[in-house]
Amino acid sequence: MERYTKPAVLLHWLIALLIISAFGLGLTMVDIPGLTPTKLKYFSWHKWIGVTVLALACLRLLWRLTHKAPAYPAHMPQWQQSAAHWLHLGLYALIFAIPVSGYFYSLSAGVPVVYLGVLPLPVLMAPNPELKPLLKELHYLLNMTMLAAFVLHVLAALKHQFIDRDNILRRMLP
Amino acid sequence: MTLTRFIKPTLLALAAASLTAAAHAAPLKVDAAKSSVNATFKQLNVPVDAKFKKFTATIDFDAAKPSEGKASVEIDVTSFDLGEAEYNKEVQKKEWFNTAQFPKASFVATSIKPAAGGKFDVSGKLTIKGKSADVSFPLTVKKEGATQVFDGVLPIKRLTYNIGEGEWKDTGMVADEVSIKFHIVAQ
Repeated sequence: MERYTKPAVLLHWLIALLIISAFGLGLTMVDIPGLTPTKLKYFSWHKWIGVTVLALACLRLLWRLTHKAPAYPAHMPQWQQSAAHWLHLGLYALIFAIPVSGYFYSLSAGVPVVYLGVLPLPVLMAPNPELKPLLKELHYLLNMTMLAAFVLHVLAALKHQFIDRDNILRRMLP
Repeated sequence: MTLTRFIKPTLLALAAASLTAAAHAAPLKVDAAKSSVNATFKQLNVPVDAKFKKFTATIDFDAAKPSEGKASVEIDVTSFDLGEAEYNKEVQKKEWFNTAQFPKASFVATSIKPAAGGKFDVSGKLTIKGKSADVSFPLTVKKEGATQVFDGVLPIKRLTYNIGEGEWKDTGMVADEVSIKFHIVAQ
C-alpha cells in the first residue's frame, strides 16, 4: 500500500502532539484563578507551542503541495471520500487559523509574544480593548471546531481500522 | 511691648513670604487628560505596559530658573491598569501594591539641575508601598506656546519597594527592572 512520505508522517504526529498539549494547557491555564507564576508560565508556554504549530503548519502545507498524498482506497464510497477530503481541508485551515487568532488575541491584550522567552515576534497590531473580547471568542470557537473535527478524524481512522479493516491507518504510522 | 515683639517678626515673615511668592510663579496647571504615567515591566521577557489612570502632579517650573523648580506627583495606586480587570484586582493585593494599606505612591523632587543637551537632572524621593528611595532621572522639557511638556523615564527596581512578595520575588518570572514613563502637559 502506498504510504505517506516520512516528512509528512513526522509533521502529522508532531503537530498532533503539540496541538494536544497546547489545547490541554489552554484549558488548564484559563481555569487558574487570579494571578500566579504558574499561570503566567502556562500562558507563555501555550503561546510558544502555538507559534511552533504555525511554523510547522507552514512547512507541512509546503510539503503537501509539493508531494501528493496517497489516494483514498477505491472501496470508499464517493461521499466518504469527499467527507474525508473536506475534513482534512478543514483541519489544515484550523492549524493556521487557531495559532493566528491566538497570536492576535495576545497582541490585542497588549502582550506581544516572545518566542521561548528570547525571540520577540512582530507586533502586528496595537493593543485593542474593543477587538480583544472578539478575538478571545474567535480563538475559543475555532478550538471547539477543531475539537469536533479532531473527534471525527479519530473516529474515522478507528472505523477504517476496526470496522472496514482496510488498514489505511498504516499509511500514516511512523 | 509684647504686642510689638509679636507683630514685628510676623510682619517680617509675611513680607518675606510675599517676596518669595512673587519670585515664584503660581504652580502650573496640569492637563490631566493629556498627561500620563505608565509603567513597563518584563514578564518572561515579554514587555508589558500598564498605566496609572489617576494621579495629580504639582509642578512649578521655569526653565530659566530650574533650581527653583518644584515638582511632586501623587499617584492613586488603585488606578493601576494592566488592561484586564481580573489582573487589576490581583495587583491591589498584599503581595503586590497592598493598596488597602498604601493607596498612594508619591514622588517629590529635591533638586532640579540643568544638564547637557537642554535636559535637566532631577533627583527626588519616590515612595511606593510605604518604602522610600532616592531616585534620579533625566527630564526633558518642551515649551509649546504657554504649555510646557515634561517627559522622562525613571528606571526603578520593584523589589526595592517590596512590589511582588513571596513567590513573586522570582525575577525570572517578572523582572526586577521597571520603567516608569511620565508625560506631563502643564500650563
